Amino acid sequence: MVEHRRFGNWLPHLILLTGVVIVAFPVYLAVIASTHDNAVIANGQMPLYPGTHGLETYWNTIVAGAGKTTRQPVGGMMLNSLIMALGIAAGKIAISIISAYAIVFFAFPFRMTAFWTIFITLMLPVEVRIFPTYKITSDLHMLDSYAGLILPLIASATATLLFRQFFMTIPKELVEASKIDGAGPIRFFFDTLLPLSVTNIAALFVILFIYGWNQYLWPLLITTRDDMQTIVIGIKKIIDVHDALTEWQVAMATAVLAMLPPVVVVVLMQRLFVKGLIETEK
Amino acid sequence: MASVTLRNVQKTYPGGFLAIKGIDFAVGDGQFCVLVGPSGCGKSTLLRMVAGLETITDGEIDIGGRIVNQIEPAERDIAMVFQNYALYPHMTVYDNMAYGLRNRRMAEPEIKTRVEEAARILELGAMLTRKPGQLSGGQRQRVAMGRAIVRQPKVFLFDEPLSNLDAKLRIAMRVEIRKLQRRLKTTSIYVTHDQLEAMTLADILVVMNGGQVEQIGNPLDIYQKPATTFVASFIGAPPMNLLPIKPDEFKSQSGGDLAVEAGILGVRPEDLVVSSEATSGIAFDLTVEAIERVGAETYIYGTRQRGAQSIAANPGETPPGEVIVRIPGAVAPDIGEKIRAVAPREKLHLFSADGRQRIGP
Repeated sequence: MVEHRRFGNWLPHLILLTGVVIVAFPVYLAVIASTHDNAVIANGQMPLYPGTHGLETYWNTIVAGAGKTTRQPVGGMMLNSLIMALGIAAGKIAISIISAYAIVFFAFPFRMTAFWTIFITLMLPVEVRIFPTYKITSDLHMLDSYAGLILPLIASATATLLFRQFFMTIPKELVEASKIDGAGPIRFFFDTLLPLSVTNIAALFVILFIYGWNQYLWPLLITTRDDMQTIVIGIKKIIDVHDALTEWQVAMATAVLAMLPPVVVVVLMQRLFVKGLIETEK
Repeated sequence: MASVTLRNVQKTYPGGFLAIKGIDFAVGDGQFCVLVGPSGCGKSTLLRMVAGLETITDGEIDIGGRIVNQIEPAERDIAMVFQNYALYPHMTVYDNMAYGLRNRRMAEPEIKTRVEEAARILELGAMLTRKPGQLSGGQRQRVAMGRAIVRQPKVFLFDEPLSNLDAKLRIAMRVEIRKLQRRLKTTSIYVTHDQLEAMTLADILVVMNGGQVEQIGNPLDIYQKPATTFVASFIGAPPMNLLPIKPDEFKSQSGGDLAVEAGILGVRPEDLVVSSEATSGIAFDLTVEAIERVGAETYIYGTRQRGAQSIAANPGETPPGEVIVRIPGAVAPDIGEKIRAVAPREKLHLFSADGRQRIGP
């Protein structure tokens, strides 16, 4: 759209900048707070410029564990979160791509029933089925384990639907050409379907990684041991201390650290992500 | 190299729709067979049944002396070229051609030889490392052909391979396909709805309509002696003029012995001549309605001044009462002018009243 505006582009820019400030200011505040001493924050007059305790705070948070209240180091929590997020993203993609493959390319009895059953689970997120899911996880002795954190969350109707829509755009002739070229169903899946789905997989991975990383309720329920905590729960625990001053600089450092991996994933996969969502040419 | 024989082949879809109503024909070793017909006539279904992509409800398909009804497409030793090419978009041209061979566990040096040979024949040498998305329509078409050639199959199957190309390229590729097939001497079955493609490519032409074969034979024989009014109007452009006649009509011109019974009279536009002289055949008194000049020749669309009646319309047929005359050159009568078009007796075709049978000459 090419237009010549009398006042240039200042109004759209102003609106956009306002939006950026509103979104970015709390993040900035968290970064700043994590560099000050707790006493500075606690007196209620925290400055808006960086303090001098940054390195010390981050060292204490990640490696040593917070000083006064004996606590797990956040480094371990981050590892737990990473394993959980990667497990959920990879598991969801693996399961949904296989089920979408079955639904789109194979004719079997009750195919549409299977499809609608998957579709209906959209209405059943973890929060709705939390008690039965907890019971099953506990019966399988998966409390306080990575398997318990990951497995109950990996069935995904959304990803299945997304792959289904994509698979339906693949020309029927491509399947037939593969058949004539002597490729069976497994070969077709690995040689043709998977390479064609790479951008979709990347886009989904970004969304699902963040979904997994941000899990709160489920890990809160099934992890009791300190060394199985995820970072999102860690933030909450650091803030919630009894009979002591909340170590805000540690809480803020933890929040900043919790933000980093999703940011890294988005930045690294941005190009594939956008391509996966908008690409139509097959 | 093999012959392909179809014996009473039928296809019923779930739900009972009979798409192919019992087809018999044979394609000899190295012959080029073209299946032609309007859309929905079952020609593509039939080809896909030969390929093994559709099940055969009844009858037998025999490729090189082996009944293939229950054999998987990959084991039938056929190669197929699809209308939309169906190239693997993520593979290079080389890999597209090599894929089928690799799946058959052929040694890599042998694959390389075959792919390079095919690339040389199809002039794709410079494009082997490109992906299909970087090629033009004509080049993709060549890659699809290359994928078929490297397999060295018993039979090539073509499913309207030229319909996605522009008119000029289509003619060029048509000639190329014919040359290639002559050179490789591979039995081929080719599906098209374009009667010109069918006429120029075929050794054996199979004209289909409504899931049945209307006529099988040499293209020129079919052109000269169409067995039904459907074939008469489908093969040839502009289509043959078909007019219902009564026993006593045209007697004055033909000397009293033309029409023995009520039926349909057919005459090709190019067999009509604008002339006022008497003839042993037939004469139409026409009012010129439209003129089409294509350069080397001119088509005159006229309506008969009397006796215009309607007949059962087949696809591609001229409207009832209208007669098309093809004359050489660009000099044509004016619109609204009255002309007389005549055709000699030996150029006339006579069909039974339902159009299903040729009764003469």
